[in-house]
Amino acid sequence: MRRALWILAVLLSHWRRHRMQLATLLIGLISATALWSGVQALNQEARDSYDRAAAVFGGARVAALVARAGGTFPQALFVQLRHAGWQVSPVLEGRVQIGGRSLRLLGIEPVTLPVDVGNAPQLGRDGLQNFILPPGQTLVAPDTLADLSLAEGATPDISGGERLPPLHAQRELVGDVLVVDIGIAQGLLHKPNEVSRLLIGRPKGPMQPLEQVVGDQLRLVQPDAETDLERLTDSFHLNLTAFGLLSFVVGLFIVNSAIGLAFEQRLPMLRTLRACGASALMLNSVLVIELVSLALLAGIIGLVCGYFVAAALLPDVAASLRGLYGAQIPGELSLRPEWWIAGLVISVAGALVAAATSLAKAIRLPLLATAQPQAWQQAQHRWLMLQSAAALAILAVACWLLWYGNSLISGFAVLAALLLGAALLLPSLLEAALTAGERTAQGAIAQWFWADSRQQLSGLSLALMALLLALAVNVGVGTMVETFSRTFVTWLEGRLTADIYLVASDDAQAAAIKDWLHDRTDVAAILQGGRADAQFDGAPLEVFGLPDDATYQAHWPLLEFVPNAWARLREGDAAFVSEQLSERTKIGLGGTIDLPTPTGNWRLRVIGRYADYGNPKSQVAVNVAALMAHFPQTPRTRMALRARPGATPALIAALSDKFGLDGRNLVDQATLKADSLRIFNRTFAVTAALNAFTLGVAGIALLTSLLTLANSRLPQLAPLWAIGLTRRQLAGIELTKTLSVALITALLALPLGLLVAWCLIAIVNVKAFGWRLPFHVFPLQLVKLLGVAMAASLLASLLPVVRLARMQPASLVKVFANER
Amino acid sequence: MSADAKISRRAFAGTLAALTLRPWHGSAQGYAGLGSNANDYAQVTPGKVFSFPTDHGPHPDFRIEWWYLTANLADSAGTAYGVQWTLFRQALLPGPQREGWANQQIWMAHAATTRADTHRFGECFARGGAGQAGVEASPFRAFIDSWEMRGDDNTDPNRIAPLELSATAKDFSYTLKLVADRPLVLQGDGGYGRKSERGQASYYYSQPFFKVSGRLAIDDKALDVSGQAWMDREWSSQPLAADQTGWDWFALHLAGGEKLMLYRMRQKDDNNYISGTFISADGATRQLTSADVAMTPKETVEIAGRKLPVQWDVAIPSLELAIHAMPLNPRAWMGTGFSYWEGPISFHGTHTGVGYLELTGY
Repeated sequence: MRRALWILAVLLSHWRRHRMQLATLLIGLISATALWSGVQALNQEARDSYDRAAAVFGGARVAALVARAGGTFPQALFVQLRHAGWQVSPVLEGRVQIGGRSLRLLGIEPVTLPVDVGNAPQLGRDGLQNFILPPGQTLVAPDTLADLSLAEGATPDISGGERLPPLHAQRELVGDVLVVDIGIAQGLLHKPNEVSRLLIGRPKGPMQPLEQVVGDQLRLVQPDAETDLERLTDSFHLNLTAFGLLSFVVGLFIVNSAIGLAFEQRLPMLRTLRACGASALMLNSVLVIELVSLALLAGIIGLVCGYFVAAALLPDVAASLRGLYGAQIPGELSLRPEWWIAGLVISVAGALVAAATSLAKAIRLPLLATAQPQAWQQAQHRWLMLQSAAALAILAVACWLLWYGNSLISGFAVLAALLLGAALLLPSLLEAALTAGERTAQGAIAQWFWADSRQQLSGLSLALMALLLALAVNVGVGTMVETFSRTFVTWLEGRLTADIYLVASDDAQAAAIKDWLHDRTDVAAILQGGRADAQFDGAPLEVFGLPDDATYQAHWPLLEFVPNAWARLREGDAAFVSEQLSERTKIGLGGTIDLPTPTGNWRLRVIGRYADYGNPKSQVAVNVAALMAHFPQTPRTRMALRARPGATPALIAALSDKFGLDGRNLVDQATLKADSLRIFNRTFAVTAALNAFTLGVAGIALLTSLLTLANSRLPQLAPLWAIGLTRRQLAGIELTKTLSVALITALLALPLGLLVAWCLIAIVNVKAFGWRLPFHVFPLQLVKLLGVAMAASLLASLLPVVRLARMQPASLVKVFANER
Repeated sequence: MSADAKISRRAFAGTLAALTLRPWHGSAQGYAGLGSNANDYAQVTPGKVFSFPTDHGPHPDFRIEWWYLTANLADSAGTAYGVQWTLFRQALLPGPQREGWANQQIWMAHAATTRADTHRFGECFARGGAGQAGVEASPFRAFIDSWEMRGDDNTDPNRIAPLELSATAKDFSYTLKLVADRPLVLQGDGGYGRKSERGQASYYYSQPFFKVSGRLAIDDKALDVSGQAWMDREWSSQPLAADQTGWDWFALHLAGGEKLMLYRMRQKDDNNYISGTFISADGATRQLTSADVAMTPKETVEIAGRKLPVQWDVAIPSLELAIHAMPLNPRAWMGTGFSYWEGPISFHGTHTGVGYLELTGY
């Protein structure tokens, strides 16, 4: 034991003399742990809030009965089912507006609410009585309360003139939801004795068959293990996880090279210790203990950093999720003990993996051995062949997945296989390039330059692989984002053709607004819109009402359509389908959709396909009059206005004055476009941040590798210096060598990156979001990234090179004195 | 059943509000809640003239009310069973009845069946106003979810018979027919039951003469059963006395056709308050007080960390009665939201017979 402590003390003394090295080791571990656990924290936070949402909505986690035709149904069915032994609990759902902000109003019945609804809101001591008896209570998330600038106990008016029961903050609730008693909800929503769905609790005994009790009025919706939001946002989180994993792997590259360097430098020390009588077993045990301790320390710091990474990214993630999917994520992180433990485990495991080769070497360490670079390089050559074979196998798997894979996971697997295969193949490719260079070389120094570069390769290859990965992913993601950005802007132009969009608070106000607008000369057209929710093919479906107007016909972003499509649409039995719906259900032009509506089945012939970017739900677009006929309860509150040129600002001001509309329900085209673009940009802000970080980490990996090499390669450089090359010349050669291999790597990264971009656009995007973008290459962006990569390489090689240039001749001479 | 038993039942009802809060990590209102603002509810006063069937229905102006039935049954092979069916009502607020979901009544029901080797129970909760639970006086119907106690056009309001009773839970169910040929028994002073020296009281009547036949299923194994049953009706607004910790209650069917109801209120000062009613086979009643009755717990059984006296010696010298009572199943524990012991018993000594025992507050 005592001996072990002594050995540990000796080993640790190394770090005192090489603080920089300790720093890089720790930085590697910290950044790997920080990014990985940061991303995990974000995902966890989001999943928790989906769970809360699902539980509060009572929609996904609990089986429910809903009206077969959609919409609400009489409460008497609830009573009949209870008397027939069904443990059902009624829920009424609707939307209300407070100060122009639209919120989901949920009426629940606390006494029968199934216990397994999960995160049911908690009531206080006299809760039930206060909640169910007038005036009742409105439970709301603290965030939403703050967003509404309302205090606890406030009783705001909602659209329609009703007054909400006193607001009461409940932490467990998700944002933008108001929970009241079912009786109060029926009053607020003007739906006396109506319910939206019945949640089904655990049976307490036999139940009569559903059809016997309620006929065919209701249908059973089975609970989902996954929530709708989880399904919708899966792709987003997979994206984050993929980046987290990539950062983690790149971080491990740093750790690997730092540990490799330390091992290299401590070889004499290890040999001395062995010679002094320390057994190989003990030496290795102490090395492992040392490593694990360092990993734990770095893990803890990494977790703290991870927390800050997550906290910094959370607003963007929350904004993206809200903008894209309407998912509400609270603005603060809550971390679980599992998160901390998982972070430490991954830090230690990562450190052990990264140190595996060094530790294996230490176990087999011969007591007396000298450096045999050339022999080692030849051994490496055999290893390289194996590695290349593995790379080709992995690439073959990538091709196979590309051909047969049909899911989002397989899309990411293609990407992973592609990147891994390319990274493993890199050393061989570089070797080939350098061998070719060597053949063309003239003169001793040039020949030495190429040969030495080749020999250096195995030491640098891991760092170069990291660089290749980081660059390729940067190129890929950059290309995708840019492609999306352009497509999105063009699409927005087509989609937002009217000058002003407004949503009235109710049908009466809508009618008043229309009357008022008719008398104005600066309004060119009033286009009635409408939107209804339906279910199709087991998923929610939006039914969008298109006004029969020339503007829409000219600009609506149709991808393909039958001749005379707009005239056919007017007839009311035809629809355009969104790309997402078409992709999911494989219903194309000429297909039919049977849509359940409150007025019965509505058979629609598909006569066009349109792009609907950013919409997590599937959508069909029909003629608005036909929509109103089939969904008579659809509010007529949405309208779009075309204004005479230049009249928009005045019209907006007048509408806002006259009808009390504000930015939430009255918006002009330019603002709407800007908002949409802002949401879009924030969606990719997270990706961009992680992207930049990955590149930074790759730079650090390169730096540590070069530092490692610089040290171990002194014996090769010293003879050159001895035969007359100046240190400056040596430094110049070193720099050229590093930059040239970096350049070759970067050049290889560009096509790989484009391949990645193609995978993202043609596979991942289609599977994740349901839309396919045209593929564009942006040469300027590629050149820029190439420059960034070279700059990073330059920065990374600068320190070792400067060190070499300034090296004391004595150090170089010493090589001959104590060559290992 | 006399005055103090009302307290016991009221205590059950008092927990209604707390129980319904269970999924909400509820507040323990319980006894303490009953101590407040009882004066805003209708008050129990002497001299009420009962009117049937109206009084079989709910009295929502009063704070608490129950329809309580226990039955001692046997199958054709002579195996003994017990059955319990109880519906409680509690008003959350005094004052006029509100319509629909705003209604202030909460309903709770317990059902159980007991055999020597098993005891099964279930419970239900409902709010008033929507039709999920309630009681209608004529034709008589007390119901919650799929549980029901129902009369028909032939039901005589003065006997509250015949009735049909049903309950279904996960692992048992029963459907029983109840008939009675003797009229209802008004407890206490013409249905006015004084409960303590402090003037607490309830309206209280019983039908202890039910003959029962029907079908009982335990784990889907159904049997024909028959026997006798006892029904209690009580309503009140009175809070519990603060010094009362629980009670031991007996409802006994004597082999000679007489009925005996006894209870012992346990007080913190160990001054147990005993009261009861002896009902002769023709329905005539005789009031019993602490001076008449000796109730002695003999054997205890431990359930859920509580020591419960499930065997008793009861002596009433004035009636020349001395019996030893034993439970059919000592583990007849009602592990419902508000838990207590309630199960069938048999007794021997100067008299023999069967009955029901209820132990609360342990």
